[in-house]
Amino acid sequence: MNILFREKEVANVHEFDVYAANGGFDALKKSLSMTPKEVIDLVKASNLRGRGGAGFPTGVKWSFIPQNEAVKYVAVNADESEPGTFKDRQIMENNPYQLLEGSLICAWAIQATAVYIYLRGEYWEVAAQLDRCIAKMQEHNLAGENILGKGWSCPIYTHLGAGAYICGEESALLNSLEGKLGQPRVRPPFPAQKGGGLYGEPTVVNNVETLANVPWIMVNGADAYKSIGTERSSGTKIFCLSGDVQRPGNYELPLGTTMRELLYTHGGGPKDGRTFKALLPSGASGPILPLSEETLDMEMTYETFASKGTVLGSASFILLDDTRDIAWAASKMIKFFKHESCGKCTPCREGTYWMDKMLDRVVSGKATSKDLDTILDVASNIQGVTLCALGDFAANPVLATIKNFRSEFEEYLDGGKVTAIHAGAAD
Amino acid sequence: MANAILENYKDKIDYTLSKYPDSRSAVMPLLYVAQEHYGYLHSEAIEDVADILDMDPTQVKSIAGFYTMYRETPKGKVWLHVCTDLPCALRGADAFYHDLLNELQIEDGETTSDGMFTCEHVMCLGSCDTAPMLQANFRFHESLNMEIMKELLAKWRNDVNAALNPTRAGHEVPVKKA
Repeated sequence: MNILFREKEVANVHEFDVYAANGGFDALKKSLSMTPKEVIDLVKASNLRGRGGAGFPTGVKWSFIPQNEAVKYVAVNADESEPGTFKDRQIMENNPYQLLEGSLICAWAIQATAVYIYLRGEYWEVAAQLDRCIAKMQEHNLAGENILGKGWSCPIYTHLGAGAYICGEESALLNSLEGKLGQPRVRPPFPAQKGGGLYGEPTVVNNVETLANVPWIMVNGADAYKSIGTERSSGTKIFCLSGDVQRPGNYELPLGTTMRELLYTHGGGPKDGRTFKALLPSGASGPILPLSEETLDMEMTYETFASKGTVLGSASFILLDDTRDIAWAASKMIKFFKHESCGKCTPCREGTYWMDKMLDRVVSGKATSKDLDTILDVASNIQGVTLCALGDFAANPVLATIKNFRSEFEEYLDGGKVTAIHAGAAD
Repeated sequence: MANAILENYKDKIDYTLSKYPDSRSAVMPLLYVAQEHYGYLHSEAIEDVADILDMDPTQVKSIAGFYTMYRETPKGKVWLHVCTDLPCALRGADAFYHDLLNELQIEDGETTSDGMFTCEHVMCLGSCDTAPMLQANFRFHESLNMEIMKELLAKWRNDVNAALNPTRAGHEVPVKKA
């Protein structure tokens, strides 16, 4: 079923007239005929959870906004920068009005003053398209002044980042939007609280995929949404497949679908002559999951991944096959976190630097067994002591890979093996 | 002292400022305008933006230095960002990048001697199913191989306007004739 990728059923749904003729804006009209509280209660009842990675219940987040504050904001997180993630881009390119409609419904539910869509800078042209769509909605009184003649005004603005993964962290996003360095804030106060949000005003920060689900939920109801997926993981999820798989791409499937169905039926299985070795389920941020017949039978939900010691997160599935060197993959991921660390917290800033240096020593054959212990020690000293989750995530490419594939690291010790790792190293 | 950004982009600046209750938010959009105008963010570019927003130039420069898409040193007319992050690397991006650098006869991060191309490796660009891929002046070019890449390079050498990015968050930035 296609709640999000409606272009698969409705050709040219990215065009205003087509969107409007196919149920478009019915949800907005219905929402504006309900009270804000009724809208929040419906979204709560649907069990929709945040799709950016944290999986926090969306309706609950909206309900944190204090009703009596005069100024409130919706910040749409379109900073999509987790390696292996390219789902929000497809939603915004192919079904932009559904995102915009969902964002406005959220704005109505919290009585927001304005919606800001923060896109990663590299989605420069996606932002240009969204601007054209917003202008079209304004022409038809569906955004901006006096929406649907209800006397409620809410402009939607796009804002471009400039190449910083950390700006996908909600508080760093708000700082960046305010024209400050994109570094996270001390919490509390949280974004939904006075003093914690955009310009100090209560703010809901939601992912693109999360908000794009809202129109369907408003029109079809909470029970219909809950009938898809499982009790704790309702609805559909976009799974991004990349790496060692026949058919990389985005696949929207009900939560609870088996991994086997996703990887084989839709993804086409591993490349010819190879077998799947491991999965990174949430880009570089989630613990690596060795793949076996048993794990392939897993139903993909937030709770099953947690039970396996990993996270479903953004469902950015990077596949690694039996030809892949896990130590090389770990080094690639640590280089990502070292580059993207904003530098504010010492454990992350220093820790990612040293993990990178030590993994370089490993893959150049210069490490000893003691070095592996030191890397694990450094990694575990980053977790739980930073202002944001980047520090927690940065340790996973080391902790989980060495735990599950230690022998692949040990092959390198004392000159046992060497692999070139700099960008531009030939395969 | 003349402020070239204020003089040439007044309408754009007015619109940008109207989007935010706090003018400081406009520092990121205006840095893009200054970068498009001057080619890169040198001191004068930083000071122009600081002057418009009544900000300390040091704070503006700290913003420019924090983000990878702002360039504080000269660059070629076509700024190539090639992703070599893990998902792209699994589909041949390292080998592709190695071959591209060889073709341009530069090292990672350098500019070709004719001033046409600057080439850098970057982190994930959100196009993992179409690797190898890159952005040229922030425009996506996907599912690449060296044959296609050589054609693109030749096309841009022939007409650099084909490589420029005319769109700036929905508002046209004047495309300067090369």
